[in-house]
Amino acid sequence: MIYDTAIIGSGATGAATAYMLSHYSGKTILLEKAHEVCAGVSKANSGIVHGGFHHPSDSLKTRLELRGNELIDRLQHELHFPYLKCGILVVAYSEPELETLRKLYRQGLDNGVKDMEFCDRKRVFELESKLHESAVGGFFVPNGGTIEPYGYVFSLVECALKNGVSLQCDFEVVSGTFADGVWTLKSADGGEIKARYVVNAAGLFADEVSKALGAEEFKIFPRKGEEYLLDRNSAGRPERVVFPVPVKHSKGVLVIPTAGGTTMIGPTAEAVDDKGDTATTSDNFLKILKLTQNMVNGLTARDLITSFAGLRPVHESEDFYIAKSEKSPNLIQAAGIQSPGLTASPAIGEFITSLLKDAGLELVENPGFDGTLPPRYEARKLDDAKLQEFHDNDPAWTNIICRCEEISEAEIIEAVKRGHTTVDGVKFYTRAGMGRCQGGFCSAKVLNIISRESGIPMEELTKRGGKSRILAGKLGELEVK
Amino acid sequence: MVRLDYDVVIAGAGAAGLAAGTVCAQAGCSTLIVDREGRTGGILNQCIHNGFGLRYFKEELTGPEFAYRMSEKARHAGAEFALNSAITDIKQLEDGTFDIRVLSGKDGVTHLHARAVMLAMGCRERNRGAIATPGERPAGVFTAGTAQKLLNCEGKLPGKSAVIVGSGDIGLIMARRLRWSGIEVKAVIEIMPHSAGLTRNVVQCLHDFDIPLYLSTSVIRIDGKERVEKVVAAPLNSDRTPDTSRAFEIECDTVLFSVGLIPEMELARKLGVKENPATGGAEVNSAYSTSVPGVFSAGNVLHVHDLVDFVAEEAEYAGKCIVDYLVGAKTGKEFSSAAGKNLKYAIPNRFAAAKATRFLFRPTVVTDRAVLKAMVDGKSVWEKKLAFVRPAEMIIAEVAADTLHGDVTFELEEL
Ligand SMILES: Cc1cc2nc3c(=O)[nH]c(=O)nc-3n(C[C@H](O)[C@H](O)[C@H](O)COP(=O)(O)OP(=O)(O)OC[C@H]3O[C@@H](n4cnc5c(N)ncnc54)[C@H](O)[C@@H]3O)c2cc1C
Ligand SMILES: Cc1cc2nc3c(=O)[nH]c(=O)nc-3n(C[C@H](O)[C@H](O)[C@H](O)COP(=O)(O)OP(=O)(O)OC[C@H]3O[C@@H](n4cnc5c(N)ncnc54)[C@H](O)[C@@H]3O)c2cc1C
Repeated sequence: MIYDTAIIGSGATGAATAYMLSHYSGKTILLEKAHEVCAGVSKANSGIVHGGFHHPSDSLKTRLELRGNELIDRLQHELHFPYLKCGILVVAYSEPELETLRKLYRQGLDNGVKDMEFCDRKRVFELESKLHESAVGGFFVPNGGTIEPYGYVFSLVECALKNGVSLQCDFEVVSGTFADGVWTLKSADGGEIKARYVVNAAGLFADEVSKALGAEEFKIFPRKGEEYLLDRNSAGRPERVVFPVPVKHSKGVLVIPTAGGTTMIGPTAEAVDDKGDTATTSDNFLKILKLTQNMVNGLTARDLITSFAGLRPVHESEDFYIAKSEKSPNLIQAAGIQSPGLTASPAIGEFITSLLKDAGLELVENPGFDGTLPPRYEARKLDDAKLQEFHDNDPAWTNIICRCEEISEAEIIEAVKRGHTTVDGVKFYTRAGMGRCQGGFCSAKVLNIISRESGIPMEELTKRGGKSRILAGKLGELEVK
Repeated sequence: MVRLDYDVVIAGAGAAGLAAGTVCAQAGCSTLIVDREGRTGGILNQCIHNGFGLRYFKEELTGPEFAYRMSEKARHAGAEFALNSAITDIKQLEDGTFDIRVLSGKDGVTHLHARAVMLAMGCRERNRGAIATPGERPAGVFTAGTAQKLLNCEGKLPGKSAVIVGSGDIGLIMARRLRWSGIEVKAVIEIMPHSAGLTRNVVQCLHDFDIPLYLSTSVIRIDGKERVEKVVAAPLNSDRTPDTSRAFEIECDTVLFSVGLIPEMELARKLGVKENPATGGAEVNSAYSTSVPGVFSAGNVLHVHDLVDFVAEEAEYAGKCIVDYLVGAKTGKEFSSAAGKNLKYAIPNRFAAAKATRFLFRPTVVTDRAVLKAMVDGKSVWEKKLAFVRPAEMIIAEVAADTLHGDVTFELEEL
């Protein structure tokens, strides 16, 4: 079969594009090299829905960021991914910083950011009582906050699939040839997909994919960001996303109340050579902790539950590179999607759709399009009466598996039913294992449930596909020396 | 929704909960022991090795055997059990009694009512993230207790060749357990200059198997994209930073962390119980009452014990105190006690002046000759000579009634 469009990469960019294309009746397929969707930088970032004031108004970034910010609001109502719309507070901690703060505020006004409020010292403390005493002023952007980035991407993909998009995971595009108006994409293990149009949304690997398709030669520079997660009981959890005044190339280190209820501090910004280098270091933790302790009170090393790192896919222009390829036909490049790529993603999806249209893709409305997903329930958030009602239908709702995050068996079963059969997949879908014990108590139970529900033997379950097996076999299989 | 009334509800059916529950039930109090697991015994169920009970039962038992005996005692005493039942919240009502929210697959949402509450939730293991171990995040990284559970309760192999980080008792026991399962143990790496575990465990679990123990050494990286491939470790400089010039690599597919336990205090926090930063557990008086009247605590959720026998003894005593509280006994005048030189903590934090008190201490030094002193107003008013002091081994000292006539600070003097 020949698809109309093949999208390479199922991060925020690819997923949002698939979702936008599902409004039309053409046949779209989403290709992902990993075992499950959202395997790249879209699952390892700050999760912030940015406000549109960080970059100048003439950049593509800003235009798409502002539009994306609006669209995420609407999408949240339809798709129900976790979004904490707590607003963003940019804070100056010294008189000289006030200068830069004013410039940034003005840039925001020029960009057309809505409802921005410049705040004196008293007002910033009203908005955020946990600020460090040294705060002197700031500005507040109410239209922003934090989402669970993987939850967001999962829901885009789910909605796209519901509306006719196909998905193929474990498909790493290694080459592509164009003949008679049709691309033939080949995967590492010999698979083949044919499509008239191709979207390169391969994140960090967009340069390699472009090369494999005989298109533009450019380079993606990975820039690492380490993030540190603190317990949901941390006394330093702020009410707002707290930004310092930015420095060159980076928005600085932030204190983030995550949509999942924990507190995150980070990220760092450091150029690295290896696209697989997602290691974190203890030096950086101490550095970040120190910086953020001077921004918000109550942050302690004792509350650290885990850390991770994501790599920003940076294009030499420092801007997004989203355009029709000049070299290869029927190919749209979506590269250099660094921050605010998550925020901008729905707008990027729209923009790519319009570029596809300009390139000749016919867009006929999908008459059966249904842009809503059923709401998702979490045992932890249900009141007694509602939870009892759920229990009466299915007792698994009150069987708590993950004690730290209070995740029920029913939620884990739901994740497996929706196709998450890896431990990380279930974790990102449900939060089971994301809390303070990091799966110490529940991993045996979670493995049992995934195995029971998916029919995959426990020994074959992986952390995130490939060779990332959790277990090495059954007791008794090894020779005892 | 059913509403059930008890004199005392105990959160946790581990050794602590069972011991306290037995005493309360024996005294005729209506007692319910709640546990989220399907069987009683807590962490003991996965400790299938022996070495338990020498003190408490005067014979050597395995963990599950110890658990079974404790459970039977509680059952015979008339304690009731609610298993597969997670307590998610405890609130103190205006009259000082408690509302306890329980979730279970069987009954859904239940609110229990009790006059007293015993916190016996045990602890969780500190994990890789909590100590900010650098490196990649492949499969094959477990806490020692998780690996223990996978092996002993699920019959699964966590890997084929392992490095163990931390030489606490669980890590040591696991080193031997892995070897007995055919899993290679390449090394145990300990950041301190001495093992964090009991001496008998170092001998029986490492020396007897020729497993190398690297002291004053830290893990500086875990490598592996999909599954663990190797660990990079480095000895510490005199300022305790890793000396990367002497870093070395150990190939393995599994890393187990045994780097300490943290009391599971979340329910206590919801109750507003005052915490002791040195233990991570609650502050208690000599009746094991927390800062919230009617809320008691003992076992690993109060402070991390080396031996389950001590847990059982402590919780049994706490159980007696709960009974006293329920019959309306008054505490009387109290003094405070604090940990001074060479001591990490002292328990209890307050004591009744007119009663004999059993104090527990966690030392911070290794020495073979020391004296423990009770200082009141800067003067030593009580002393005890100690012959063998190790951070892994708790110090227990009984102080007779009417010995300490004021707020006391304990000090450990090396001789
Ligand atoms: C530390 C950090 C913090 C950030 N914080 C924010 C923030 O707060 N707010 C915000 O808006 N943005 C933020 N960003 C930026 C944001 O995360 C990215 O812009 C966005 O996730 C990019 O999405 P993507 O889909 O383009 O890339 P990815 O998510 O990387 O998706 C690319 C996908 O393509 C797949 N792929 C690659 N090669 C192939 C191939 N050959 N064949 C098939 N599939 C392939 C990959 O496996 C991957 O799943 C942050 C980034 C970092 C690193
Ligand atoms: C991994 C590990 C290995 C050990 N190995 C040894 C050893 O080899 N030798 C030795 O002497 N000692 C060992 N110990 C120490 C000793 O066994 C423990 O100190 C003792 O068993 C602790 O008893 P406890 O009742 O305080 O806690 P636990 O046994 O941990 O019991 C706590 C119970 O509370 C339940 N619970 C917690 N929160 C809730 C809630 N909200 N609702 C319902 N139920 C809840 C838990 O499910 C658990 O069953 C080990 C400890 C651990 C953690």
